[in-house]
Amino acid sequence: MARITLDHLAHAYRPDPQGPQDYALKEINHVWSQGGAYALLGPSGCGKTTLLNIISGLVRPTRGRILFDDRDVTDLPTEARNIAQVFQFPVVYDTMTVRENLAFPLKNRHVPRDKTAQRVEEIARLLDLTSVLGRKASNLTADMKQKISLGRGLVRSDVAAILFDEPLTVIDPHLKWQLRSTLKEIHRALDITMIYVTHDQTEALTFADKVVVMHDGAVVQTGTPDELFERPAHTFVGHFIGSPGMNILPCQVEGATAFLGGEAVSLQRHYRTLNHSERLELGIRPEFVQLQPKGSGLPVRVRRIDDIGRARIARVEMNGRMMAASVPENLSVSGDEASLHLDARHIHIYADGHLVSGEPMGGQTA
Amino acid sequence: MTKTVNNKAWFLVLPVFLIVAFSAVLPLMTVVNYSVQDTFGNNQFFWNGVGWFQELLDPTTDLGGRFFDSLWRTLLFSAIILMIEVPLGILVALSMPREGWTVALSLVLMALPLLIPWNVVGTIWQVFARGDIGLLGWVVNHLGIDYNYTGDPLDAWITIVVMDVWHWTSLVALLCYAGLKSIPDAYYQAARIDGASRWAVFRTIQLPKMRRVLLIAVLLRFMDSFMIYTEPFVLTGGGPGNATTFLSIDLVKLALGQFDLGKAAAMSLVYNLIILAICWVFYTIMTNVDAQKERVEA
Repeated sequence: MARITLDHLAHAYRPDPQGPQDYALKEINHVWSQGGAYALLGPSGCGKTTLLNIISGLVRPTRGRILFDDRDVTDLPTEARNIAQVFQFPVVYDTMTVRENLAFPLKNRHVPRDKTAQRVEEIARLLDLTSVLGRKASNLTADMKQKISLGRGLVRSDVAAILFDEPLTVIDPHLKWQLRSTLKEIHRALDITMIYVTHDQTEALTFADKVVVMHDGAVVQTGTPDELFERPAHTFVGHFIGSPGMNILPCQVEGATAFLGGEAVSLQRHYRTLNHSERLELGIRPEFVQLQPKGSGLPVRVRRIDDIGRARIARVEMNGRMMAASVPENLSVSGDEASLHLDARHIHIYADGHLVSGEPMGGQTA
Repeated sequence: MTKTVNNKAWFLVLPVFLIVAFSAVLPLMTVVNYSVQDTFGNNQFFWNGVGWFQELLDPTTDLGGRFFDSLWRTLLFSAIILMIEVPLGILVALSMPREGWTVALSLVLMALPLLIPWNVVGTIWQVFARGDIGLLGWVVNHLGIDYNYTGDPLDAWITIVVMDVWHWTSLVALLCYAGLKSIPDAYYQAARIDGASRWAVFRTIQLPKMRRVLLIAVLLRFMDSFMIYTEPFVLTGGGPGNATTFLSIDLVKLALGQFDLGKAAAMSLVYNLIILAICWVFYTIMTNVDAQKERVEA
C-alpha cells in the first residue's frame, strides 16, 4: 500500500533531448493517493502509456523521481516494485492452467505452496474464475484472459497499485460493462490504488474518482468527472470531454461582456486583467446552449439536427463557425433561421487555451 | 455458400495432372517395374516377383545387411545433427538482436551458409579439413590431436556433422527468430512484473510460441539430413570404407556403380516409403497442433 509521488518527472525517448518538443512526457508533478481510482485520459500518443510504464518501471524516466510513500524507486527494476500491470492485449501463459497462471507470480517469489494455493482460491473467487481454475488458460475468451492477467496482479499481497493500459480494448462491448464493474468492486474490496489508462472518456468517467487528462505529453487537468465537465481548465479538456464537446469560439472580452463577432454576450464575471496579445476564446458546453425560435438571442442558421438518444443536438452556424446546441423537447424548428440562448453561468473564458477565472460580480460566484 | 457443379472444371486441372504424371508418376512406375525384375544387361529383363524386397528386408543377406547398415547410419546422422542443431539454433536465435542495424547484419550473416551450393559446401570443407593445407586440419594436427578425416571413421563423422551444423544451424535459428519476433513486448513486460526468471520466461513464453516453427524446423532438418547426398559425397565419398555411406550414397553406388537396377529400385521404393511414413507422422502432429490452436482462438 502506498502513495505514489511523481516528482518533476519527464521523459524523452531520444538520448539527447534538446527542447520541449523532444519530450514524450513533459515535466509532471503529481501525487496518486493510496487507494484512489484514477483514470489517465488522453488521445493516442499523448504520453499516457509512457507515464504508466515509468510508474511500473518498464521505462526509466529521463529526469525526475518516483516515490512510493517516501521511498525513491526511480532506479528499482519492475520486479522489485509493488506494482502490477494489466496490458491492452491479455497476457496469459498459454501452456499453464488458470490456477498455474494465477500462482505464477507467487511461485517466482518463492511463496510457500499452501499459502499460494489459498491466495489463488481467494482471488479466483473474487474474479469469478473458480469454475475454470483447472482449465488451460489458452482456451478462454479475451475477457477471461484479461481477468487472469488482473488476477496475477492481485494475488501478490504486496501490490500497492495496479496499472491498467487500455484493458478493455479487445473485450466485446457487452462484456466491457461487466468487466468494468468487476474492477470497481475489486477496488472497493481491496483498497488498492488503481490507475487506468484510456482514450475513452466514458470508461474514464465511469471508472475513476479522479481523472487526469493528458494532452501532448503534459497533464492539462486533474479533477473529478464533474469538475472536468463543469470547469474545464483547458480548451482541450472542454473539447475532449463531453459528447459533443464544448463549443469554443474566438471572442473579445471587455469587462463583463464578451463579443462574438458583432454580438454581445453578457458574462457573470469581470475580466479586467486580460492581456490583449493573448488569443481569447469563449467556451460553453452544448448542454447550456439552447436553440430558440428566431428573434431573441444570437442569430444562427441551423444546418442539421441529430437525435443522440437522450437529447437532440442542433448543429448550427454562426458567422461561419459551427456550434452545437441542445434543442428543447417541445421546440420544432421551421426553416433554418433560429437563435441561441447561452446560459451565462456556464460560460468560460480562455486565454491561449487556459481558463481565466475572472472576478465575481456583486459577491456572486460562477 | 452453394457450389455449382460443372464437370468441365476438370479440364482446368488437366495440365497439372499431365505435368505430375510425366515428372513423378511415370518415373516412379518405371522404378516399380525395375523392382520386380532382374536384368543381365542387353536390355533383357526377367520377372523376379518380390524377390528383391525379400532380400532387402532380410538383414542376413548381403543386400539386406548393406541396406540396414546404411539406414542406421543415416538415422544416427539425422539424430545427431537434430540434437545439435535444434538447441544450438534456439540459442543463436535467443541471442540475436531484436532491433537496430545489427538485426540486418546478423540476418545476412546467418543466411550466407544457406546460399552456398551444396557441392561447394562439401568442397570448402574438404579443403578446410585437410591435414596438410586445410586451415582446420592443420591447426588441429598441430595442437597435437591426430586428425585425419580420410582415414579415420570417427574423424570423418565428426567432420560431416560439423559441416552440416555449420551449413544448416542458421536455418533453425532463422525460423526460431521469426517465432520469437512474433511475441508481443507485453508478454516480456508482464513476465518482468510477475518476477519471472530468464529460464521461466523461456519455458513459459518463448518455447511455447516457438513450438510451431520448431516443428517445421525439425521436419525440414530431418528430411534434409535423411536424404543427404551431395556434401558427404564430395567430402568423403562415403568413406573411409563404408563409414559415411548414407542411404542415398549407397543407392547411387548400387544403381549407377554396380548397375543393379532391380535391387536399387527396390531399395529406393523402401527408402521412399520410409520418408512418406515419417512425413505422415509429422503432418499428423502439425495438424494436431493447428487444431489445438484453432480451439484456442475459437
